[in-house]
Amino acid sequence: MLGYLIRRILAAIPVMGVVALFVFLLLRLTPGDPAAILAGDNATPEQLDRIRTSLGLNEPLYTQFITWIGKLLHGDFGVSLISNVPVITMIGNRIEPTISIALSTIILTVIVAVPLGVVAAWKHGTWVDRFVMALSVIGFSVPVFVIGYVLIQVFAIDLRWLPVQGYRSFARGFGPFFERIALPTLALSFIYIALIARMTRAAMLDVLDEDYIRTARAKGIAEHGVLLRHALRNAAVPVITVIGTGFALLISGVVVTETVFNLPGIGRLTVDAVLARDYPVIQAMILLTSGIYVAVNLLIDLSYTLLDPRIRY
Amino acid sequence: MTANTTTASSSAPVILDVNDLVTSIGTKPDAHRIIDGVSLQVRQGETLCVVGESGSGKSVTSLTVMGLLPKKVLVPTRGKITLAGEDILSATDRRLRQLRATTMAMIFQEPMTALNPVVPVGKQIDEVLRAHTNLDARARRERILAMMEQVRLPDVARIFKSYPHQLSGGQRQRIMIAMALVLEPKLLIADEPTTALDVTTQKQILSLIRDLQRDHGTAVLFITHDMGVVAEIADRVVVMRKGKVVETGALDAVLRAPTMEYTRNLLASVPSLIPRAARPASSEPIVLETDGLGKVYRQRSMFGDAREVAAAQNVTLTLRKGRTLGIVGESGSGKSTVARCIVRLIDPTSGEVRLGGQDISTLSRPALRPHRKRIQIVFQDPYRSLNPRVTVGETIAEGPVNYGVPHAEAIKRAGELLELVDLPADAITRYPHQFSGGQRQRIAIARALALDPDVLVADEAVSALDVSVQAQVLDLLDEIQTRLGIALLFITHDLRVAAQICDEVVVMQHGRVVEQGPAGEILTNPQQAYTKQLLEAAPGRHWDFANFRPVATAPHDTTAPI
Amino acid sequence: MAVDALPDPSLRITPRRLGRNLLRSNPIIAIAVICLAAIVLMAIFAPLLSPHDPQLLAPAQRLKPASAEYPLGTDAFGRDVLSRIIYGGRISLLIGLGSAVFSVAIGLLIGLVSGFFKWVDAIMMRIMDGLMAIPGILLAIAVVSLSGASLTTVLIAITIPEVPRVARLVRSVVLSAREEPYVEAAISVGSSLPKIMWRHLVPNTIAPLIVQGTYVCASAILVEAILSFLGCGISPEIPTWGNIMAEGRAFFQIKPSLIFWPGLLLSIAILSVNLIGDAARDALDPRMKQREARP
Repeated sequence: MLGYLIRRILAAIPVMGVVALFVFLLLRLTPGDPAAILAGDNATPEQLDRIRTSLGLNEPLYTQFITWIGKLLHGDFGVSLISNVPVITMIGNRIEPTISIALSTIILTVIVAVPLGVVAAWKHGTWVDRFVMALSVIGFSVPVFVIGYVLIQVFAIDLRWLPVQGYRSFARGFGPFFERIALPTLALSFIYIALIARMTRAAMLDVLDEDYIRTARAKGIAEHGVLLRHALRNAAVPVITVIGTGFALLISGVVVTETVFNLPGIGRLTVDAVLARDYPVIQAMILLTSGIYVAVNLLIDLSYTLLDPRIRY
Repeated sequence: MTANTTTASSSAPVILDVNDLVTSIGTKPDAHRIIDGVSLQVRQGETLCVVGESGSGKSVTSLTVMGLLPKKVLVPTRGKITLAGEDILSATDRRLRQLRATTMAMIFQEPMTALNPVVPVGKQIDEVLRAHTNLDARARRERILAMMEQVRLPDVARIFKSYPHQLSGGQRQRIMIAMALVLEPKLLIADEPTTALDVTTQKQILSLIRDLQRDHGTAVLFITHDMGVVAEIADRVVVMRKGKVVETGALDAVLRAPTMEYTRNLLASVPSLIPRAARPASSEPIVLETDGLGKVYRQRSMFGDAREVAAAQNVTLTLRKGRTLGIVGESGSGKSTVARCIVRLIDPTSGEVRLGGQDISTLSRPALRPHRKRIQIVFQDPYRSLNPRVTVGETIAEGPVNYGVPHAEAIKRAGELLELVDLPADAITRYPHQFSGGQRQRIAIARALALDPDVLVADEAVSALDVSVQAQVLDLLDEIQTRLGIALLFITHDLRVAAQICDEVVVMQHGRVVEQGPAGEILTNPQQAYTKQLLEAAPGRHWDFANFRPVATAPHDTTAPI
Repeated sequence: MAVDALPDPSLRITPRRLGRNLLRSNPIIAIAVICLAAIVLMAIFAPLLSPHDPQLLAPAQRLKPASAEYPLGTDAFGRDVLSRIIYGGRISLLIGLGSAVFSVAIGLLIGLVSGFFKWVDAIMMRIMDGLMAIPGILLAIAVVSLSGASLTTVLIAITIPEVPRVARLVRSVVLSAREEPYVEAAISVGSSLPKIMWRHLVPNTIAPLIVQGTYVCASAILVEAILSFLGCGISPEIPTWGNIMAEGRAFFQIKPSLIFWPGLLLSIAILSVNLIGDAARDALDPRMKQREARP
C-alpha cells in the first residue's frame, strides 16, 4: 500500500513539473518583450524596469527558471504587479466563495447524477433513459452563463425568491450564505451533472452486460440488489474517475459562474488579473488549480484500491 | 470413470420437461427462430447432454429455461416448459426469482467472468442464502463452508474471504458449483462449464459434478460442444443443429449407432486420440531448429526488486522439411511463447533459432526482414487475424508486395492461393466479414502461403473452430503439406488434434519441455508422469468416435472398460 | 469456444451507411442537422441577411427596444443586435471547425508516434498529462492575455487544451490495435512500420476521431463564447455571440434580450453539434449498436 502511495505521488511530480514549465515558458517565449506585454502600450521605461526586476527577466532563462522554481517550492508565488500585495495573500482572501460553491456543486452533483445514471441504464431504451440522455446533452451544450442568467431572471428577478448576485460569508450565518450560493451552485452543477449522469449510465450499461450480472440474476436475488450490490459497485471506478477528470471542467465553470453572480472568488480574481495583465496572479492561479486537480486525481487513484481488490498496491 | 454405469432409471420423475419450444428474435410472427420446436426431458438423477456446434441454439435453450434471455430481444413464442410440475414460461418475474437457486440453478462457461470481481466469493454464495432462506449469519456461514468442502475446495475459511482474482479457474468453477447447489436445487443447468478450463482441471470438475449429482439426485442439463465430454458425463444425449433437435437417445446408442446423417458426420469429425500411422523417418534437410531457446520476462518495480518470470526455458527442437512437429501443453505451458519467439514476434532472451542453418534470434529488425518470408504464422482467432477493412486479395498480396512482387502479379497469385485453400476466386474482392470462421482461417493460411515459406507455424489454428470445420482445415493443412512439402510447427492444447497431425511432439509444462519424441510413442507410451496425466485427462478417451465404438484398449490404461 | 457462424457486424464506415444510421437512429438528429445547416448558411450569407452594418456605431440609438428597423433592438453603442448576432455565428463556427481540424491533426500525429515509440510515449504522455491538469479556460485566457486577442491566438488558445484528449484517444486505439493478430500477421509478412501504421492502425482511429472531432467542435464554440464573455476573447468590436453577451452583462436587468438571443443561438449550435456527435458515435461504435440490440 505504501509503495503504491509513493509511486502515485512520484508520478504526480513530472505532471506538476510540466505545468510549471508551461507557465514559465508561456510568458518568456511569447514573441516580444515580456515586460512590454505585461505593462501595456503606454508604459514608461521605469514601469518596464520595475516589471523586469520583479520577474527577474534580466537573468538568463535557466537562472530565471531555477530561482522561480526555488521560490515556488518555498511557497513564494510573487507579488501582484498591480497592487503589490503578495499573490498568496490575495488568493487567501478570495478563496472562501470558490470553495463554497465548488463543494456544494460536487455534493449536489453526486446526489443527483448517480441515481439518474443508474435509473437510465436500468430502464435502458425507455423514455426515462431518453429523458436523462436529453437532459445530459442539454447540460453539455447550454453555456453556464446562459443558465446562470436564466436562473437569475426566473428566481431572483421574476419570483424574487433569492438575491440577484453577491456573496455573504458562511461565518455570517447559514441563511444568507445559502441564499447566495444556491443559484451559482445550481448553474455550475448543470454541466457536471450532465457529465456524471452520462458516465454513470455508460459504465452501468457496460457492467450490466457482464457475465457476473447474469450469475447474480441466476441466483434469484431481487433486481435492486443486482443493480446496486453488483452493478454499481463495479461501475464505481469509471464514475469516480470522471468525477476526478471533470474537476477541470468544474474549475473552468467556477471562473464563469463567479463572473455571472459577482462572487468575489478566485475565479473572478483570475479574470481581473488577466484583464490587467497581472501575470504573477495568473501563473499562481494556474499552478494552484492544476495542483488541486492533480491532488484530487491522486486521491481518486488511491480510492481505487478500496473499490477494486484487483488493483495491486 | 464410471460415467456410463449410473444411468437413472426411466421411472424417475421428470424434473424438466421442455415441449415444442420456439424462441425467436422479437415477437413478430415471421421473426427468425433461434430455437425451433425443441422438446427434451430431464429426469431426476439423470444427466442430459445437449451437444451441438455454434449456432445450434443449445445455450439459448438453457437461458430460456432459466428465464435469463435478454428481455424483448429473444422471446419464447411457442411451447411449454415445465419444471417440477410448474409451468415456468407463464410464471411471474417474482416467482421465477424464487425458483432460481432453489429449484433450478445454473453454472456458466467462463469462471473468470461469471463471478463479481469486487465481492469476496463467500459473500457471493451467501447472497443466495440471504435471498432464499431465513437462516442467521452463523448458520449461513456454516452451511457455505460445508458446501465449499463438498466441492473439494482446500482451506475453505481462507477461500471464503478471497476475491475471485485470487483463485484459479478451477477453484472459481468450484465456487460457481457450490453457489448453484447450496440450496440443493432439483435441476442444475451447466452451460459448457469446463470449456474454458485445462483438461486436467476439466476432469476434476466433471467428476465433481458427477459425484454431487449422485449424492443429491440432481437432474443435470449439460450443454457442451465436446463429444469427449459427452462420453464422460452423459446418460442421455440430445444433438442439436440450427435450433432443432436432430437426434435424442441414450449415450451408448447415440455413440454406437447414430441414426441421423448429421450425428454420424459430427462423430466422424472428432479426431481420434490414437496417433495416426507413423510416416517413415525423414532424412530431408532440417529447416528449423531451436537450441536452448528461452524467454524471461522481467517485471521491474521502482524499488529495484525485479521479478523474473520464465515463460519458456531451454527449448530445443528440430523440424525437417515436409514434417509436422507439435508442441502440446496446457495454458501457461509456454507453447505459444515458443511459437512467437520462433517467428520473432517477441525477442527470445536466450538460445538460438536457426532457420535453414542461419540463427535469427538476435538479428535486428532490418536484418531479419529477408528471413521473415521463410517462416509464417497462422493465429488462433479467425475473427481478429484479418484486418476487417482490407479486402481478402489485398490481405494475401501484402506479403509478396513487401518483397518486391508487382501488385498485379501478387493479386493474381492471391487468386491462385484462394483456389488452393478451396475458396471461390471471387473472394478476392470481398471483405473478411463476409466469411465464416473456417473460411477466414483458410484465408489466413493463404496469406501465410503467399510468401512460399519453408515453415508454417499454426498457433492453436483450429482451436476456435467447430469440430466439423476443424476436420476440414486439418485436411487442408495435410494436403498443403503433401503438395508443397512445407514443414508445420503445430501448437495445440488438444491431444486429439496432435495425434492426428503430428510426426513428432514436444510436451511442455511451466515453460519447460517435459518430454519429446515421435508422436506415436509419446501419445501411446508416455514416460513422464505429466504426459500420462494429460492423456488420462483427455475426455472421452475410451471412445473411438469416428468408428462408433469404444477403444479396444485405451492407451497405457489399466482401468478401461471391456 | 466454437465459433463458425454469424459473421460479425462490419466495422467499415461508408458515408452512406453512416448517414443512413444517423438519420434512422433518431429523428431528433434530423432536426439537429437542419438547425446546424441553418446556422452555417446564416453565417455564410451574413452580409446578405443582416439589415445593418454590425459594427456601425449610432450613439443616438442606444439600447432601443425591438422595432421594425431594429428587429431585436440596439446595444449600448447603438449597433443593430440582429446584425451582430447574424455575423457572430461566423467566428463561432470558424473557431469550432478550426479547433476540431487542428486538434485532430496534431493529436493524431502525437498519438500515433506515442503509440509506437516507447521513449516518445514516455515524454509525450507526461506533457499531455501536464496540459490536461491545467483547466482549459485558464490555459486559454492565459495564452490570450499574453499574446493579444486575434482570431489566430484565440484559435490556438482553444486548441491547445483539446490536443491531449485527442492524442490520448489515438494512442489508446493504436495500443489496442497493435495487439490484434492481424497487425502481428502484417509484421510477420514483412510489412514496414509506416505501412503497418497507415494500412492497419490509422483506419481504426477514423471512427473515434470523427466522434471526438465533433465534441471538440462543440467544446471550442463554447470556450470561445466563454472567453469573449469574460472579456478575454476576440476584441469587443468584432461581433461574436460571447462579445454581445459580455456587453449585455452590464444591462442585464434593463435589456435581458442582449443575453437571451445570442445565448439561445449559441446553445442551439452547440446542442446540434453535440447531438450529431452522439449519433455518429452510436452509428460508428459497433459495441454501442450491439447494446441497442440487447437491453
